[in-house]
Amino acid sequence: MLDNKILKVKNTGQCIGCYSCMIGCSTIVHKDHSLLMSGIAVKTSGGYPGRMVVDICRGCIEPKCVSCCPTEALKKRAGGGVRFNKDKCNGCSNCVEGCVIGGMQFNYDEKIPIPCIQCGICVSRCPHEVLSMEARL
Amino acid sequence: MEKEKKILYINLNERTFESIKRPDLNKYIGGVSLGTQLLEEECLFDESSLSPEQPIIFTKGPMNTIFPVVTKTCCMFKSPLTEELGESYGGMRMAMAMGLAGLDGIILKGSSPRPCILHINNDEVKFLDGEPLWGLNTDEATRLLHDKRGRRGLRSIITIGKGGEKQIKYACGLVDTYRHFGRLGLGCLLGIKMVKAIVIEGSRSNPISNTEDYRKAYEKIYKKVTDTDLMEKYHGLGTSINIKSLNDLGALPAYNFSKSKIIDDNSISGEFLAENKLIKKVACSGCPIGCIHIALLKRKFGDPYEYEASTVSYDHELIYALGSMLGILDADKLLRLIEAVELTGLDAITTGVMFAWMTEAYEKKIIDDDLLLTKPGFGDIEAYLQIISNIISQPNKFYIDAADGTYALASKYGGLNFAMVLGKNEVAGYHTGYGNIIGQAVGARHSHLDNAGYAIDQELQEFNPTEIVNKLINEEIDRNLLNSLVICLFSRKIYDYETIEDALNSIGYNITKKQLKELGLNTFLDKIRIKEKMGFSYQRLQIPKRFFETECCGKRLEEKQADEILRLYIDEVEKLKQKYSFS
Repeated sequence: MLDNKILKVKNTGQCIGCYSCMIGCSTIVHKDHSLLMSGIAVKTSGGYPGRMVVDICRGCIEPKCVSCCPTEALKKRAGGGVRFNKDKCNGCSNCVEGCVIGGMQFNYDEKIPIPCIQCGICVSRCPHEVLSMEARL
Repeated sequence: MEKEKKILYINLNERTFESIKRPDLNKYIGGVSLGTQLLEEECLFDESSLSPEQPIIFTKGPMNTIFPVVTKTCCMFKSPLTEELGESYGGMRMAMAMGLAGLDGIILKGSSPRPCILHINNDEVKFLDGEPLWGLNTDEATRLLHDKRGRRGLRSIITIGKGGEKQIKYACGLVDTYRHFGRLGLGCLLGIKMVKAIVIEGSRSNPISNTEDYRKAYEKIYKKVTDTDLMEKYHGLGTSINIKSLNDLGALPAYNFSKSKIIDDNSISGEFLAENKLIKKVACSGCPIGCIHIALLKRKFGDPYEYEASTVSYDHELIYALGSMLGILDADKLLRLIEAVELTGLDAITTGVMFAWMTEAYEKKIIDDDLLLTKPGFGDIEAYLQIISNIISQPNKFYIDAADGTYALASKYGGLNFAMVLGKNEVAGYHTGYGNIIGQAVGARHSHLDNAGYAIDQELQEFNPTEIVNKLINEEIDRNLLNSLVICLFSRKIYDYETIEDALNSIGYNITKKQLKELGLNTFLDKIRIKEKMGFSYQRLQIPKRFFETECCGKRLEEKQADEILRLYIDEVEKLKQKYSFS
């Protein structure tokens, strides 16, 4: 865990759509080969002739997903973003609805959110320096 | 833990589907090995490839998206172009999407009464109305499906163009715009089945049993891919790096193989395209390399300063087939021709090689402009664009025949000596020597990718028939293993036997190098058996004289020596068949 630093999309235009970041997140953090279990989502805007885009948790200082959570399963993290306590989660998915940029993914099988824990695994797996961990200025 | 294979059977006649667990197929692992078994089960060997009841089979492997550069899906069918084994590989997101749907294989049989779109979501199938897409080019069809709701970024969209709709026997299927099941006519078969597009997505989880073992295996491979120069050429200039190097060697086929060098070697080289036209690179899902090179094609359509722009992917084979083979030595013209072929959904290699034959046949007055409805000449892009249009509209008997490919045309009208096909499949962009020629002739799908004969030519310093044959056989056996795991062949130097063994065992398999070798060998032999059931015989292989008329790497090849290698190959395969109780 990189204290106080949050995940940033530094160079969107350098993304080749390899999904290495998603593979890192889903397999190392969420212990599943399914890329639906990734807290970071790579996709295209306008299909492949368009451009690659990367949807991430933006590490809000006052996260809406936290204020939406009725059970305090999500709590604010120092420096931005959230901490997640699975045991307190009731699976309501309010956090997913609450995030206006779609930064929170959801595991519909287990009915729990897939929050970004700002661990930086995705950054270490990115071969093209698209991502970085930085302190919020 | 090894998972039971799950196969989705789709019956287009009845618009029904069923997903069936097939633990009996577990030993075939996936890809071409699994596809071969399913083809043997489902193929109507004695019927034409054009029968709607012939199967189309897609298979993935256990390592797709889980390990780096394992990105392909295998497709198997009876080829309408050759009437024998159809085997083709497509990348982009398809294997990932099949994995998310929890499917190891998909089989299409029958034909829809009206155009349809198959929407596969986990093991459910919807047969959607395809009428609004019928007649649209591949780009527009893909865009419309992309704009529909779904798991964006994690679904795959396969489309055909008018080439497939009109059942042109070398029509391809496009995967997510920039990759293809290019060769041997999958698009034609989808057209027969009236399937304009297939959308695949899913939401299956796939929990990891041993995170630490898997992580170690993944990271070891990832480092080899990204931290060594084993794959750098594929990201740098991409395969188009070969244009200049083959040209320098005198091994780049040009002007219908009448030359092995283009004079102006820079205008369509990988270096020129990268410096002047390249705008980005993209990757298949799970590949940190990103070998797909995308060029910007800018066109002026009016004054003042009215421009339109589109993006076109290019690689070595396209530059060869639609560039050097046709004397198109201008990058913009080349990109225009590539784009036209892509939008129509034709196989670029077959199209380019056939156009080259048409041009020479016209120059030699074997065919005239009454048949062609244009006057083709090497370098004349307008004529080639007109021919593409004619292939689709089929305005006369000649163009109806042209839907069958180069071999069929040359057999009927003449000029077989310069019709550059081996095993009825149009040849790839190399004139490197005997390994290249015999490799494509004997390869299971008559592709340069079956056994990489072109690379063997560059490796061997002296003429050595035994060595060539041994290398061709061993390489094809090894590639059958790689293709069973559906590993991109660009990473073949990464995935040696030990690496594959470690990777599979880290995700719950219990497999040895010996078993892996057997899988490759058995698949190699099974495919020969299937080909023979389809009527193939090594004895009937013909090699166009042109290979021996045009210098290759500064020397002339001898037909007699090629025959010697072919005979030796046939003997060696016979020995293998007998040793492993071929029946």
